[in-house]
Amino acid sequence: MYERIREKLGILADAAKYDVSCSSSGSNRKNENKGIGDAEGSGICHTYTEDGRCVSLLKILLTNHCIYDCAFCVSRRSNDIKRAAFTVEEVVELTMNFYRRNYIEGLFLSSGIFKDADYTMERLVRIVKKLRQEERFNGYIHLKTIPGASDELLHEAGMYADRMSINLEMPTETGLKLLAPEKSHAEVKKPLKYIQSNITQFESEKALIKSVPKFVPAGQSTQIVVGATPESDKEILYTANAFYQNFSLKRVYYSGYIPISNDARLPVIGSQPPLIRENRLYQADWLMRFYGFNVREILNDVHPNLEADVDPKLSWALRNLDQFPVDINTADYYMILRVPGIGVSSALKIVQARKFGRLYQSHLRKLGIAFGKARHFIRYADSPVQLKEYEAGHIKGLILSESKSKYQKNALNQLSLF
Amino acid sequence: MELYLFDGSLEGLLSAVFACYERKSQVVKLVNEASHIPDVFDPGYRVISDREKGKRVWKGLCKKLGKEWQFRFYKAFLSEQPEVYQHLLNFARYVIDQPPGASENFAHADVLAVSQAAQKVHREKHRMEAFVRFQKTGDGIYYAHIEPDFDVLPLLPEHFQNRYADQRWIIYDLKRKYGIYYDLEKTEEIELETAPQMSIVNALPADLLDEKEELYTLLWQDYFKSTNIQARKNMRLHVRHVPRRYWKYLSEKQG
Ligand code: SF4
Repeated sequence: MYERIREKLGILADAAKYDVSCSSSGSNRKNENKGIGDAEGSGICHTYTEDGRCVSLLKILLTNHCIYDCAFCVSRRSNDIKRAAFTVEEVVELTMNFYRRNYIEGLFLSSGIFKDADYTMERLVRIVKKLRQEERFNGYIHLKTIPGASDELLHEAGMYADRMSINLEMPTETGLKLLAPEKSHAEVKKPLKYIQSNITQFESEKALIKSVPKFVPAGQSTQIVVGATPESDKEILYTANAFYQNFSLKRVYYSGYIPISNDARLPVIGSQPPLIRENRLYQADWLMRFYGFNVREILNDVHPNLEADVDPKLSWALRNLDQFPVDINTADYYMILRVPGIGVSSALKIVQARKFGRLYQSHLRKLGIAFGKARHFIRYADSPVQLKEYEAGHIKGLILSESKSKYQKNALNQLSLF
Repeated sequence: MELYLFDGSLEGLLSAVFACYERKSQVVKLVNEASHIPDVFDPGYRVISDREKGKRVWKGLCKKLGKEWQFRFYKAFLSEQPEVYQHLLNFARYVIDQPPGASENFAHADVLAVSQAAQKVHREKHRMEAFVRFQKTGDGIYYAHIEPDFDVLPLLPEHFQNRYADQRWIIYDLKRKYGIYYDLEKTEEIELETAPQMSIVNALPADLLDEKEELYTLLWQDYFKSTNIQARKNMRLHVRHVPRRYWKYLSEKQG
């Protein structure tokens, strides 16, 4: 008797997994009604897939029936696959039972488009409404915005969801038109804008009246598929940057395209997904959001692509050696942040610790910086007298030879951030 | 150098700090008497755990430490690591002797050691929050057991109470043989007479379980399998996130 529901879950989780977003943080929904769940604070990864991705949400499609035929998508109507659809009750029950057992932080619900946009969106809204109102569920809900859905439905969805997202899919309009002629970036921008303005409005009301209900408290995100179409990293990152700025997005996700189709417009099945490139894009994205870098410093016409062998921060430093060495004991926090091998938390520790006395090499090592990498770019209390200035190629060579074995082992896989 | 022995409790540790001042000791070596091999030439000074003295020291510390550092101090203590007691004692004396703000001196060996121990415990707490898998029993209690590296149970109630306010639950530490039980009102420490074995995740005998429990375990295992992307498989990264010693908690790793 379990077979039917198991099969459905198999199909609809499988079809949903290519949406890489796993975030379950950034909301502030507290369990105030002695109901169940709490989406306050940072999200939790309850397990990791064998490819090392965080599992924090039950990520499923309501259905994989779809009237569209986007070439990059497994659910496209011309694809000969098994189709299934959950009922509203099934999704609610799965979510509640997984949540109560501490398997998940909440639900990530998306769907193929069946009949039309509003019909689909209306179903999705019915599910989240039931979770919030009948089950008093305060866990995290990430809801996909269905392009073309009416403002009324989007508004209602926003009253229940913590995060909403709608995917750009291809980094440029040209790329998108090539693979999904029925779609456009314009229809992604419209709902993003609508929800953004609602968020702003709710926030300004909240400043005046305390009891204003929440509206998409964890904000909006989008996903860009990398490597399906021939855009440069610069085009990808500039698009991401524009969307961060114009729509106040919380996250842009980059998803290395995994070949799932024999379509001649796409990389052939079996070719390696561009995982290093994807990782480099995430690193560059972090530099923009947390390290005070301008996108033009990272990529520009002279330097349109991220390198595979060095991370974007090191790459920037090597191209800007005139800004180094940075004196750990006196430099501005933001300049310390720009040193390869020093992350946010060690930079903070450095500026705190140096108030108590000058910092030596031994301190720096203990504070958790990647000293082997950083040493080429910094001065500290006992730094050796340097007779000649090294040039970029030489430093790069030194760093790469020291970290070579590590790099090679990970070559085909995702690397960690910095 | 003077040798101090204490009983391993937080109260005892704080009393030892008190004794340093009372006895005007200079350099003190603090050892948990449970792990101490008696030495005929140096019987050491035996610290008596004293609630009042402990409180006074804690108050003194709180004057110098922000909320976060108070919490860190406690977390570092829960690491139960033999060398941490010495660091905590030195740290407390250092902080008390210095003007406020000394705890930000990460170049100081004890400050760094305490903050690192706290960080380890914090990570373990976070892992338990993530990896606990409840099983619903026939009488509606959600049960899970764990064997954490550090004594993190005292840190868990807040998180689970906020999250599972409308269900009764038990989290049991098999290693330290006690658990916490939330009865819809409050969370209390409990001891089970016959605690189950930590062999596999589904350690509770089938007759104790809710009839739907098997279904949800299955569905979760199915979900874990279907959400995997074969083309991206990377076991090295996987194991870094979920070290093998935690696999025993995870029903999805058993299927
Ligand atoms: S509309 Fe969405 S689900 Fe349908 S084919 Fe396009 S990407 Fe896939």
